[in-house]
Amino acid sequence: VTEAKFTIQYPYKLHLIEEKDGPKLDAVLTREEGLKYYTEMQTIRLMERAASALYQEKAIRGFCHLYTGQEGVCVGMSASLKKDDAVITAYRAHGWTYMKGSSVHAILSELVGRKTGVAKGKGGSMHMYGDQFYGGNGIVGAQVPLGAGIALSQKFNNLPNLTVALYGDGAANQGQVFEAYNIAKLWNLPCLFVCENNGYGMGTSIARSSASTSYYTRGDYIPGIWVDGMDVLAVRSATEWAGEYIRSGKGPLVMEAGTYRYSGHSMSDPGTSYRTRSEIQEVRNTRDAISGFKERLISSELATAQELKEIDSQIRKEIEEANHKAKSDPELPVEETFTNVYSSPTPGLEIRGCDNFTTRLALP
Amino acid sequence: QKITVRSALTRALNEELARDEKVILLGEEVANYDGAYKVSQGLLEKYTEKRIIDTPITEMGFAGIAVGAAMHGLRPICEFMTFNFSMQAIDQVINSAAKTYYMSAGSVKVPIVFRGPNGAAAGVAAQHSQCFAAWYAHCPGLKVISPYSAEDCKGLLKSAIRDDDPVIFLENELMYNVTFDTPDECLKEDYLIPIGKGKIEREGNHITLVAHSKAVSLCLDAAEELKEIGIEAEVINLRTIRPMDSEMIIKSVKKTNHLVTVEQGWPQFGVGAEICAKISESEAFDYLDAPVVRVTGADVPMPYAKSLEEAALPRVMNVVNSVKKTLNIEQSSAAGRN
Repeated sequence: VTEAKFTIQYPYKLHLIEEKDGPKLDAVLTREEGLKYYTEMQTIRLMERAASALYQEKAIRGFCHLYTGQEGVCVGMSASLKKDDAVITAYRAHGWTYMKGSSVHAILSELVGRKTGVAKGKGGSMHMYGDQFYGGNGIVGAQVPLGAGIALSQKFNNLPNLTVALYGDGAANQGQVFEAYNIAKLWNLPCLFVCENNGYGMGTSIARSSASTSYYTRGDYIPGIWVDGMDVLAVRSATEWAGEYIRSGKGPLVMEAGTYRYSGHSMSDPGTSYRTRSEIQEVRNTRDAISGFKERLISSELATAQELKEIDSQIRKEIEEANHKAKSDPELPVEETFTNVYSSPTPGLEIRGCDNFTTRLALP
Repeated sequence: QKITVRSALTRALNEELARDEKVILLGEEVANYDGAYKVSQGLLEKYTEKRIIDTPITEMGFAGIAVGAAMHGLRPICEFMTFNFSMQAIDQVINSAAKTYYMSAGSVKVPIVFRGPNGAAAGVAAQHSQCFAAWYAHCPGLKVISPYSAEDCKGLLKSAIRDDDPVIFLENELMYNVTFDTPDECLKEDYLIPIGKGKIEREGNHITLVAHSKAVSLCLDAAEELKEIGIEAEVINLRTIRPMDSEMIIKSVKKTNHLVTVEQGWPQFGVGAEICAKISESEAFDYLDAPVVRVTGADVPMPYAKSLEEAALPRVMNVVNSVKKTLNIEQSSAAGRN
């Protein structure tokens, strides 16, 4: 079998869009695509497992927010985005960093603060960047207007591209999100606002944080769509549809991807005081993006269980190598603490160290 | 009695909530989750959802709501999960909280405390590691407290909550678990530390070290090291940044004739810079035997990697070297000074 047709399990919910104008409920999947999405999702999941272990062994410092459970969103969306479409997200950034082209090694290396990392160890878990990938923002909600700004520049330059501005259900209530909605609609910006709703903003459930939990409708005058974020094909179709809508000049859209995070908010949160273990297990058993997709691949005979098992062990091997390499890579030389403060320092500018006797020339 | 900084803060909150029913605590994760750093542990149970209030992640909104509630007579304690996020709300803090009493010619009071961890934490990179002492201390109408010890936290947080003006209370994440031997007297319910007064943590005759928050411990460690080469440093814990206890610094400088300021924040226009200016403008200037120097965080955003982060934060070495330079002692020489 080289291709198969699937119907999405949970229908889209639409806001200010007629059902006939929404995305298709059927998706055709080729074997090649199927193996690709499976590999990508599994790579992110196993990479996050490696990150979790690195944190436990104290190789990762500070904050570390895992994407585990949400893989279907970034993989499904990336399948429909164009290479030069821009993405900006919050601090749960590892999966998106991978999908925007960074290697597992560069990501793990960044997590352990080494110079081979995505940001040479200067940014860490929350601040990774890439080609048309603008971070990795640590301030809840701040990336949303930035995304609209990137879209403004795309429109200004007549580019055929759009910007995906992602935020969580926790950030969805920040005032600047609504300011960005208004301007994006007013100026008809090619911006796809995406709320990755994983049910909890830190330890606060959506019911306790949001007067309306229908995040896809909260753009009010901006049309919206809810998609099952645990179904990579539904996400792919919804994104393809959204891309066509936005690229045709109709302005912004709001997309809510219903998803779930298996781990705590960050590594210091066990994630069990505000929800039950059985809730987490229930999602794993019934909605998991990877196991669900795996079943589809096997039952449609697009792939065999054995093939997928081999892919798994190949990924494990690659991640193990990347992990090992990251840990043995060096940190930047200490002098680099004083570079990159300015891209064009004024001539002769010196940067002060921790006392008056340790200043260094500012280098870009 | 040995208590942690966290416990001192929790006790202060508990006592003031019990004392005055108009005191409320609001912020992200303060209730059900006991606070992101567990400072409000157990308070929800005792004071109910009416007074211990979880907010959505909407800093500008809930800070403004807290200021409004203060204008109308409540005494809110508004927790920022960290002061980094207070920048989302800084307009309400400065334009609404700090200025209203003045703009209303004294008719509208804003008795509010904004509190939460400030300054560098460990390994959390540029957006989550910076000191806001200078930012807020720049603004008339605000009182800015930056405590060091458990005693400071207990006595000053209580004073802040009872104060009728907006108070910025800068805690330090890396200090929450630190234990201090605290006199029983300081743990009494009526023990208050006056806002605007510093504390001499260690007496000495050769040089004055002035610091706030975690940097006080740097000074105390440096003082121990300096003692070995015969230098007796006087260590002043500022406790309050604004209004600053200039009198204490001036008096000390007139005795020691030398001054080094120590802080973890950035150098330019910082707390140390203000102390330098205050000393230049005071009679203490004539008593100085050497220029005042500052030990500060490096003038860069905070890097993530460990060795770079270390280079960006002041260490004992920076204090000791600065003292030696100020006293004109050769770096390599261990010659005594008496």
